[in-house]
Amino acid sequence: MNANELTIAEARDALARGELSAVDLTMACLTAIDAGTPLNAFVHTTPEIALDQARAADARRGAGAGALNGIPLGIKDLFCTRGVASQAASNILRGFKPEYESTVTSKLFEAGAVMLGKLNMDEFAMGSSNETSCYGDAVNPWKVDDRRLTPGGSSGGSAAAVAADLCLAATGTDTGGSIRQPAAFTGIVGIKPTYGRVSRWGIVAFASSLDQAGPMTKSVRDAAILLGAMAGHDPKDSTSADIPVPDFEAALTGDIRGRKIGIPREYRMEGMPAEIEALWARGREMLADAGAEIVDISLPHTKYALPAYYVIAPAEASSNLARYDGVRYGHRARLGQGDGIVDMYEKTRAEGFGKEVQRRVMIGTYVLSAGFYDAYYNRARKVRALIKRDFDEAFAAGVDAILTPATPSSAFGLGEMADADPVAMYLNDVFTVTVNLAGLPGISVPVGLDAKGLPLGLQLIGRPWDEAGLLNHAHVLERAAGFVEKPRKWW
Amino acid sequence: MLDLTYEAPKPKVIAGAKHDWELVIGMEIHAQVSSNAKLFSGASTTFGAEPNSNVSFVDCAMPGMLPVINEFCVAQAVRTGLGLKAQINLVSAFDRKNYFYPDLPQGYQISQLYHPIVGEGEVLVELAPGIARLVRIERIHLEQDAGKSIHDMDPNLSFVDFNRTGVALMEIVSRPDIRGPEEAAAYVAKLRQILRYLGTCDGNMQNGNLRADVNVSVCRPGQYEKYQETQDFSHLGTRCEIKNMNSMRFIQQAIDYEARRQIAILEDGGKVVQETRLYDPDKGETRSMRSKEEAHDYRYFPDPDLLPLEIEQGWVDEIAASMPELPDAKKARFMADYGVTDYDANVLTAELDAAAYFEEVARGRDGKQAANWVINELFGRLNKQGLTIADPPVKAGQLGGVLDLIASGEISGKMAKDLFEILWTEGGDPAEVAAARGMKQVTDTGAIETAVDEIIAANPAQVEKAKANPKLAGWFVGQVIKATGGKANPAAVNQIVAQKLGL
Repeated sequence: MNANELTIAEARDALARGELSAVDLTMACLTAIDAGTPLNAFVHTTPEIALDQARAADARRGAGAGALNGIPLGIKDLFCTRGVASQAASNILRGFKPEYESTVTSKLFEAGAVMLGKLNMDEFAMGSSNETSCYGDAVNPWKVDDRRLTPGGSSGGSAAAVAADLCLAATGTDTGGSIRQPAAFTGIVGIKPTYGRVSRWGIVAFASSLDQAGPMTKSVRDAAILLGAMAGHDPKDSTSADIPVPDFEAALTGDIRGRKIGIPREYRMEGMPAEIEALWARGREMLADAGAEIVDISLPHTKYALPAYYVIAPAEASSNLARYDGVRYGHRARLGQGDGIVDMYEKTRAEGFGKEVQRRVMIGTYVLSAGFYDAYYNRARKVRALIKRDFDEAFAAGVDAILTPATPSSAFGLGEMADADPVAMYLNDVFTVTVNLAGLPGISVPVGLDAKGLPLGLQLIGRPWDEAGLLNHAHVLERAAGFVEKPRKWW
Repeated sequence: MLDLTYEAPKPKVIAGAKHDWELVIGMEIHAQVSSNAKLFSGASTTFGAEPNSNVSFVDCAMPGMLPVINEFCVAQAVRTGLGLKAQINLVSAFDRKNYFYPDLPQGYQISQLYHPIVGEGEVLVELAPGIARLVRIERIHLEQDAGKSIHDMDPNLSFVDFNRTGVALMEIVSRPDIRGPEEAAAYVAKLRQILRYLGTCDGNMQNGNLRADVNVSVCRPGQYEKYQETQDFSHLGTRCEIKNMNSMRFIQQAIDYEARRQIAILEDGGKVVQETRLYDPDKGETRSMRSKEEAHDYRYFPDPDLLPLEIEQGWVDEIAASMPELPDAKKARFMADYGVTDYDANVLTAELDAAAYFEEVARGRDGKQAANWVINELFGRLNKQGLTIADPPVKAGQLGGVLDLIASGEISGKMAKDLFEILWTEGGDPAEVAAARGMKQVTDTGAIETAVDEIIAANPAQVEKAKANPKLAGWFVGQVIKATGGKANPAAVNQIVAQKLGL
């Protein structure tokens, strides 16, 4: 076994026992990244930084070293990393190197983590297949025959890199499912924490009221370790909550006896593949076998979640992306004789933003415009409040966690949706957007393979701020599922 | 304290070619909050710094940067609200006003459209003794200022300076209660005075720290009263907004021009088009900036980066407890406690420093006399030399000393003026200077009597005239004071002259 194939927990123990050095571990990952070029997961590698950090970690080893000392990670391109290209997979930020470090990456480095480089993603995190990236598609390490598959999106590079063992774990961000869907498509674990648990400072904003960063890992335990290092109050983010961060790893007791697991009937979508239905049923049995009580619940406003999401997220995005105007940084179009400021904006943004980003900026601008605001944005906010209330009522009735499928299908082929209605792509988020709208923690756990041999995941949704409980449920599900399959190495 | 009551002024009436017209004016004042740091970033707000030196990553909207509210600016807005007797909203919220411009790095201004921090209040605008307009305040909200675009540095390029970007502004919105150009200027002046008393805005209009958008419409007499009864704006004319004025004089000129422009249109059978206009002080006219159709669609929505702003009543109470005395109260108190006139009280309370100076001089002394000295001698001398009350050459304690010497009869009023002049140029303790210069009036009645006797003896014709007309006794008083080299106490001279002439 190569060192890059270890989980965080395994590597931590091996480092602690002196069986492995952080430099060796980092070198193993850098080698794997080189070999993994066909996956197009890493878009900027930072070997010098990584080896410096690894050497420093080796020097620090022992008592007093941080929870992630010497652990090599991949960082989604949405995170601003000082002096390192951070361009949200967009041409409009081509060559942008921030002079500041995001709060999350700062915390990871304080905990001793090693940064291997930046990871591919959908442009500005808008997409469910990693096909909107200015760097080109990231590729799923899982394959069916010779078809290249999507790793999902928007954190597709993160998912591909973790699943292919190019790094021990990665950061992702999730606005409507961008951690959980790619995790499910690649057979790894991904958790979106409660909104406000992780600072958004220094993460390029997509939809501020929905964006939340989280870990993408090879195991639930790793998710607990990595989340512990990422989370915490940040006075620089007004929406970050001043709530203590518990020891998530210590919460993994494996004991969920007497816990109530809700099964929302509205998630049984019409035309849902039988495989997904069967997987969900298996998940219920696994949790019941572990002593949990399974109850049917109703989340009646679920069907309005996707339309509400695709009003709110583009609305916020249209405003958040206004700053990319060519005036101060990033791409500026070459102007012609007599071109004025409006020409500069139009040309810069037409050249800098890809199609999907342009589509969402236009949708967002439309739904916020005078005369349409009440019909779209305000109505969507009301729907959002109702969706949140559905969950509040379920939790108030004693439900500890909710089990749903993570995605409506397994990974699909790259390019397969190219001619499809954009809404067909948006349907990928149908099980995940409710969680963002309600600000809840949600985790995707790999549970099995479909008939094609592709991984499928289930989603557990937790009470606000109860990531500890949620991870423990996920830990039980993971153990019961015994999912150990890895993609066959073809790259 | 005096309870001053006021009568409302008459609205300004402009005679058109066909009818009389009245003006209806509402104002939005943008007042820069006095604060060392910006509204949502820690960057400095120092005026006149090198371009782009007071700019944080937040101000220039770098990717991933987030706003964090500056608590001091919130306190300043609350203080201002309390100063305008306004409702303080314990829950308010920030919205984004979206538009593209190079001096607006975020592509939106963070403002408070839907839930402002301050609700309804009022400002009493005095126009003449006993005449004042009570202008209702609709709201005050906090918002970010924009940066500055510079178009005249290079023939081909424009530049931006982000120093002002993100500086906190209070937008103070009035109801359409202002009824003429003079009232509008008086309103701005009064608001400015209150803000300066509160320390929430320095009111420096030249630097753009206080700017006004003025909404002007005209209507036929009687229409405004219908609006007042119903609060239905359809009784009023279509308004035009004149943007961004930072001079009281221009505000008046612009309103006057704009009203006459609208009247001319209406009397020609035309319609006033609702639009935003700019005032050109060189040409003395307003011109269209953009019409309602061209108006930006700002796509306001709640800023998702900021939670609703919740403040506690206890905190508001603490601010209320630390409020300074405001101009209206100070004026009434000066009139009641020091017996100064309405006019003098206005002059003395115009600036906080002047009021404090006066009060130090007047305390325990003759208030009216103190007022006369402060207004005529001190202010007169300051104006002449272009100095301000902030650092007067003669301090309040010194002027008080001068007044004490007058009160004790040691020096005459004439001597006091000379003494004041010496103190102004050379400084020193009034009593010591007066002693050193031999400035001491004669109150020894014996010496005065001798002088009076001599002058009466030498001027028999004048004596006859004075006996016939006692008002002419003053001539003898003057002669005696002259004869004593100005040192005779005028009060004593008066008395002895009257007695000797048998008046």
